[in-house]
Amino acid sequence: MKIDVSSPAAPAPVRRSFLRDNPSVLWFMGLLGLFTLGVTVLSEGMGVGVISTSLVKVLGMTLCLCLIAVAMDVVWGYCGILSLGHFAFFGLGGYAIGMWLMYARTEIVIRDNLGRGTIPPTEAEVSEAVAAQIFGVVGSSELPLIWSFAGSLPFQLAMVVLVPGLLALVFGWLAFRSRVTGVYLSILTQAMTLALSLYLFQNDTGLRGNNGLSGLQNIPGSLHLPQSVISVWFFWASAFALGAGYLLFAWVVSGKFGSVIKAIRDNEARVRFLGYNVEGYKLFVFTLTGIISGIAGALYYPQAGIINPAEIAPIASIYLAVWVAIGGRGRLYGAVIGAALVSLLSSWLTGGGAPNIDLGFYRIVWTDWWLVLLGLGFVLVTLFFPKGIGGLFDYLVRKS
Amino acid sequence: MTRLPRTALFLACLILPLLLMLRPAPLAAQDASPLQDVLQTVQEQVASPSRAQVGTVLDALQAADAPGTPDFLTRWAAREVYERPEDGLFFYAAEGAGRDLTLIDIDTGAEAGTTTTRDVNQIRVNAGVRREIEAALVSFELLAPDPARRSAALASIARSPEPDQIPALEAALAVETDAAIATRMARLLDLLNARFASDSATRVAAIDGLSGDISTEARRALNQILSTRSEFATEIPEGTNVARIRVVGEDIDLIAAYERLSDAGLAQDRPGRNAIRDALRANVVDGEVAGIPVHRLHTDEMRREAYRALEEAGTVAPLVTTADMEAAVAQQVFFDAYLEPDSAVTDAARAALDSTRATISAWQFLGITLDALSLASIFFLAAIGLAITFGVMRVINMAHGEFIMMGAYTGYVVQTLIPDYTVSLVVALPLAFAVTFAAGVAMERLVIRHLYTRPLETLLATFGISIALQQLAKNIFGTQARPLTAPDWLAGAIRFNDIVSISTLRVGIFVMAILFLLLLLFILNRTRLGLEVRAVTQNPGMAASMGINPDRINMLTFGLGSGIAGVAGVAIGMYAQVTSEMGAQYIVQSFMTVVVGGVGSVFGTLAGAGLIGALQKGIEWFNPANTLAAQTYMVLFIILFIQFRPKGIVALKGRAAGD
Repeated sequence: MKIDVSSPAAPAPVRRSFLRDNPSVLWFMGLLGLFTLGVTVLSEGMGVGVISTSLVKVLGMTLCLCLIAVAMDVVWGYCGILSLGHFAFFGLGGYAIGMWLMYARTEIVIRDNLGRGTIPPTEAEVSEAVAAQIFGVVGSSELPLIWSFAGSLPFQLAMVVLVPGLLALVFGWLAFRSRVTGVYLSILTQAMTLALSLYLFQNDTGLRGNNGLSGLQNIPGSLHLPQSVISVWFFWASAFALGAGYLLFAWVVSGKFGSVIKAIRDNEARVRFLGYNVEGYKLFVFTLTGIISGIAGALYYPQAGIINPAEIAPIASIYLAVWVAIGGRGRLYGAVIGAALVSLLSSWLTGGGAPNIDLGFYRIVWTDWWLVLLGLGFVLVTLFFPKGIGGLFDYLVRKS
Repeated sequence: MTRLPRTALFLACLILPLLLMLRPAPLAAQDASPLQDVLQTVQEQVASPSRAQVGTVLDALQAADAPGTPDFLTRWAAREVYERPEDGLFFYAAEGAGRDLTLIDIDTGAEAGTTTTRDVNQIRVNAGVRREIEAALVSFELLAPDPARRSAALASIARSPEPDQIPALEAALAVETDAAIATRMARLLDLLNARFASDSATRVAAIDGLSGDISTEARRALNQILSTRSEFATEIPEGTNVARIRVVGEDIDLIAAYERLSDAGLAQDRPGRNAIRDALRANVVDGEVAGIPVHRLHTDEMRREAYRALEEAGTVAPLVTTADMEAAVAQQVFFDAYLEPDSAVTDAARAALDSTRATISAWQFLGITLDALSLASIFFLAAIGLAITFGVMRVINMAHGEFIMMGAYTGYVVQTLIPDYTVSLVVALPLAFAVTFAAGVAMERLVIRHLYTRPLETLLATFGISIALQQLAKNIFGTQARPLTAPDWLAGAIRFNDIVSISTLRVGIFVMAILFLLLLLFILNRTRLGLEVRAVTQNPGMAASMGINPDRINMLTFGLGSGIAGVAGVAIGMYAQVTSEMGAQYIVQSFMTVVVGGVGSVFGTLAGAGLIGALQKGIEWFNPANTLAAQTYMVLFIILFIQFRPKGIVALKGRAAGD
């Protein structure tokens, strides 16, 4: 795939098959497959044990971040909507699945405990005990209304898609309908994220306030399996989701639909004058990416083990934009590179993995200086390499 | 005089330190004869006090009003006064080793030699005399010539009111000359009478005197009179002062009502769900309960069935059905009764409290309004710099919050160098402006200048700067919050009454916000720079052809906006705490203020700040415990608001709108 950002008026290519038109998709799938195979073979749970379980989890989480970065790239790099709210959808997906994980696991534990008595527990007793166990930290023992179906996996899986999707649909409809564009839209999406995180921070909204949901790494029904095996499963799931998402988005942005949304990015008014329903296109892209973000979140948080409202804070969504910008907007693999590189580098440097550098007169401690470096590096990328790291591939392609 | 309890002594101890501070100037002290001389005129009565004679001593002391009298009275009552038999003089004493005593002169407090307990007589005051002395102490202070001492005595009575203080207060009120103190005394007397007076008429009169009084102490006294306890009986006993009757099922839950009966032993205990389960558990025989296999007991119906079977066999207490409960409860009346038996008094108190309700709401509304104004001025301060850079230049500056932080840290550093808070504030304000102005200009020159055609990327680049600056501040100043102390003249609070008060600092911030507004309006509308800024904003190309250098104007505008953020940072730092993240807390709100208000307008920002501040406080009023909820709803409101007025409250029209 070669999308030239600077010249939207590229000559229309002859109609060929989708994959032949987008060789980068094949490349990406191949690399992703190899990577997945490699990690599996080297993992602790399924292979020789070179890669520790925690590293498998980090890699799996990184794949989820790559997926949301691809979604962000579509909405921003292709459609020109700088959304600072996609991490809200990510978090909502995580909360939706987290509710089932937490409820179902607590229920198993409670049934086990109560079942030891001579008389089997009634349903009411079980759900009361579960509620007391989950909501004890926020001083409540009643199950909030939104947890009514938390015990049902299909329902909560539907919520993973429906909640972010509906929020994106309603918010997008409101915002696009009144033609809020550009930086205003960015601020509005940021306000939405802020409102959501403030809402979740409250203890009485039924999602455990700032405690968030925890213990998500324990999968009900597989409690007997070691984390090392579960981590590989989730890694596979994340890799599959990233592959499928990449394919979906590559298909969406190619072809006529892709041309229209790129045109919207480049000159919205002109597209509208040509008779296209700009709002409809934008709403579709916004909602679709919102849903994919939710799915990414639903895969991410069981690996992270805990979700709390701080994850949804506006800054997270800005970081998402930073990843995409560093990786290179307007090319899907750029988003993957940016997200993987920055998030892995960040966890390596702030996790104390990197050696500190002694300059004699000053000691550079990476945990202190990484953010300074990232910030300044980001400014430099914005100023001098607007195409990001992905732009380097253009040079390679041109040379060959 | 009536009996005084021991608390009066405690009271005296409270008064004394105050009195020592307020002791009149030495000149006045010289006029009065020394305490020792006064005591010598009634030497016998002091040395061997009796109830019949103690009045003489107190009268003499009252008449002379020598300095140190209250102290003497306290110590006298506490048996800490000694008489030297040789010359009949009185001393205080400090105990040394063994039987040694160090005598202390009553007037000067200086040591007057050592002796042993054998050589001096400790004056033993019996309980009756002590009460007289303590009562005298209160009235002594209430009758003291110094108004400050009288006020202090009143304050201490207000802190711990006792019925025994009524006569002393009445006597003092009769001779009080100072109008303000007399008013205060009369009110205190009302407060005491309302609660403690013996006859109903006096109390009702006193309560009527308190009606319309919105002070906390008056309302507390009235609420105390109106305190109730929950009771039930087959018939309401004669003479009960009923506050309200509770209807079962409406005001009181049927189960709760029944449980109160069973707690009182008037009805049989009701086995709850847990009790049923425990009873079944105790009666498991061969995996069955009354013939029902255990594994089927997982619903409430089955459990109740098993329990009934047990009940028929007589092994467990019978189940109590709803009908049983209703029957038992129907025989009783549940009601709340006032602790105060006299209904005239409680009616008067209720009326007095009701009469204050409207006034209190009005004051509370005023308080909310002041809070909202204060919050609005903080939002305005935080957002006004942004209104210039974002509104006038259309540049999104995500590092704006970090400029606020830089200003606050400048204030902190200045304060560590200059210890005087007032001077350091005077130095810090312009310095903060200078520092952030320079930072803003540097940022504009190095980064933003290159991105004028790419506004979304400005947002990201300035965000990069923002995280770098934040981390730098963390590296330099550490993660813990730094104090930025306001000078003393800004540290207090302005109190209107017990309901409304506002801290002086908030008033200061409000004044500062207004000054900034005026300054900015002046710069934009009345100066050459302002004219050029507006020209460049509206049409840079045309402005340039008129000889204005847009680069220079952009740079200065950006510097001005950043500089104002720095000054705002000093103010916000005094109000909140200085941390590396303080800017980030304001950035989203600031953007919303600007967007809601209308981009490109100073008045718009003012309106936006006012709206957001009022909204947040208004929502908080409905749900005071939950500021988070208030913020959430506020943000939701803003999202909806922008739907209907996408250009904000004050929308620019015509070419200036720049669409």
